[in-house]
Amino acid sequence: MAKRVGIEVSLAIAEAAKLANVDVVSAYPITPQTHIVEHLAGLVADGELDAAFIPVESEHSAMSACLGASAVGARTFTASAGQGLELMHEVLYVASAMRLPMVMAVANRALSAPINIWGDHSDAMAVRDTGWIQIFAENGQQVVDNVLCSFRIAEDHRVLLPVMIHLDGFHLTHVIEPIYMPEQDEVDKFLPPPQYPLPLHPDKPLTMGAFGPPYIYTEMKKAQEANLTAAKEVILQCWQEFGSIFGRDYSPVEGYHSEQTKVLLLTMGSFSETAMEAIDKMRDDGKDVGLIRLRLWRPFPFAEIRQAVKNAEVLIVLDRAISFGGPGGPVCSEIRSALYNEDTRPKVIGFVGGLGGRDISVSGFEEIITRGIEIARTGSEQEFEMYGVRE
Amino acid sequence: MAKAESELGWKDLEIGSIVAEPGSAAQYKTGDWKTQRPVLDESKCNKCGLCYIFCPEGCIKQKADGYYEIDLSYCKGCGICAMECPKDAITMVAEEE
Repeated sequence: MAKRVGIEVSLAIAEAAKLANVDVVSAYPITPQTHIVEHLAGLVADGELDAAFIPVESEHSAMSACLGASAVGARTFTASAGQGLELMHEVLYVASAMRLPMVMAVANRALSAPINIWGDHSDAMAVRDTGWIQIFAENGQQVVDNVLCSFRIAEDHRVLLPVMIHLDGFHLTHVIEPIYMPEQDEVDKFLPPPQYPLPLHPDKPLTMGAFGPPYIYTEMKKAQEANLTAAKEVILQCWQEFGSIFGRDYSPVEGYHSEQTKVLLLTMGSFSETAMEAIDKMRDDGKDVGLIRLRLWRPFPFAEIRQAVKNAEVLIVLDRAISFGGPGGPVCSEIRSALYNEDTRPKVIGFVGGLGGRDISVSGFEEIITRGIEIARTGSEQEFEMYGVRE
Repeated sequence: MAKAESELGWKDLEIGSIVAEPGSAAQYKTGDWKTQRPVLDESKCNKCGLCYIFCPEGCIKQKADGYYEIDLSYCKGCGICAMECPKDAITMVAEEE
C-alpha cells in the first residue's frame, strides 16, 4: 500500500523519476525547476538511482543530450522552465519529429523581459506547436502520477512521442504537499522497461533526422500530425488503467459542477484549485456556475471540450499567457475555434491574468466570473480583458 | 526500397522518418531542381569529350560507341557543357518543353 508522505513537489517529481527507473537525466538548473534536477543529481551521486546524470552547459545541450539518450533506447528524463525551455526550443521539434519518447517536467515560469522568475504559462504556450504531448497538472499528486503515466504513454509503440508535464512554478514546485508515493513493485508492473523499436546500435546502422526535401517533407509532417492526434486514445487507456490500479482517475477535461450549468469558467494548472473554491462560494450564494479544468493540452481534446460545454450559455476562459496583438490568450483562442462550427455553443469570453506569479484569489475568480457574465450580456470593446491590471 | 522516395505516402514512412537502410544516399537523385536540360545532337558531335571534362557534376559519361550520354538524374542544368561544346552539339531546353 502506498504511503502518504509530506514532501516538496519538486522532490516528489525526482522521486517519481526514480520510481520510473530512468536511465539518463540531462538537465540544466533554472528557477523554479532547480530542486527537481538537484534532487535527481543527489539520488544518482548517492547511488540510490542507477542512472547517468549528464551535466551540461545549457538547456540546448540538455535537450540535445536527451535526444541521443532516447535514440539508443534509454528511459530519459529532464526538466526545465521559462527561459530554459525557450533555449531548448529548436531541439524540442527534433525530439517529437524523430519520435523520441522522453519525459520533461516544466516548472512553468514567465518569460523575460522584465526578468521574472515566477509562474505563468508563457513558456508553455511558446512551445505549444513543438509536437510534444502536453499535460497540465493541478497539484503535486497529479504531477507524480503523470510522470509515471507519461513514460508509459511516451514509450507505447503506438505513440513514441515526448511528453511535457506542466506544473506551475512556485505554486506547485516549492510547496510541501501530502502525496501518495506508489510502491516500487506497483510501478514496475505498471511501467515495464522501455523497448524502443529502432534504437541506434552499431550492429544495425540507421539514420535519424535525415534530410527531408520538398517531395517528402509534407508526408513527414502529416505522419507526425496523425501520430500525435492518435496518441489521445493511448493516453485515455493509460489513465484508465492507472486509475484502476492506483485509484486516482484522470481525464483530458474535468468538470466541477459543470453538468447543465449555464455559466462555466475554464482554467488550467494549479489555479483550478482556487477556482473551485470560488465556484463553491458562488453556488452557496445560489449562482449557477461551474468549472472546467483542461488537463490535456496536446493532443487537444476537441470532442471532450465540445461535450463539456455544450449546455452552457457563457464560457469564461482564463489564460495565464498573452498572445501580443492577437485575440488574447492562446487557450481561449483555441477553445473559441473548437466551438465555432458547433450548432449550439456558449459565448466565449477571454481573460488574461495571473501573469508573472501574480495570484488570483477566491474573490478574484468571483470578480472574473461576474465580469464575464456582464460582458456576455453587454459586449466589450476589447477582444479580451486583463484581470487586475492597474490603469 | 520498393517505392521511389518521391512516391512514398505518409503511411509508408518509418517511425520518425528514420532511414533504416545504410548507404541509401546512393539512391538519392539530385537532378530535380534544374530549369533547363541539355540535349545532345550526335550528328554534330565529334566525340572530343570536352563536355565530359567540364561537367561539374560528373554526370556525363562516354558510351561504348564513343558518343556521350548525360545522366539527367544528377544534372543541375548549369549549361556549362552547352557553353563549352566546340560543335554546338548541346542545346539547353526548358524543362517544361
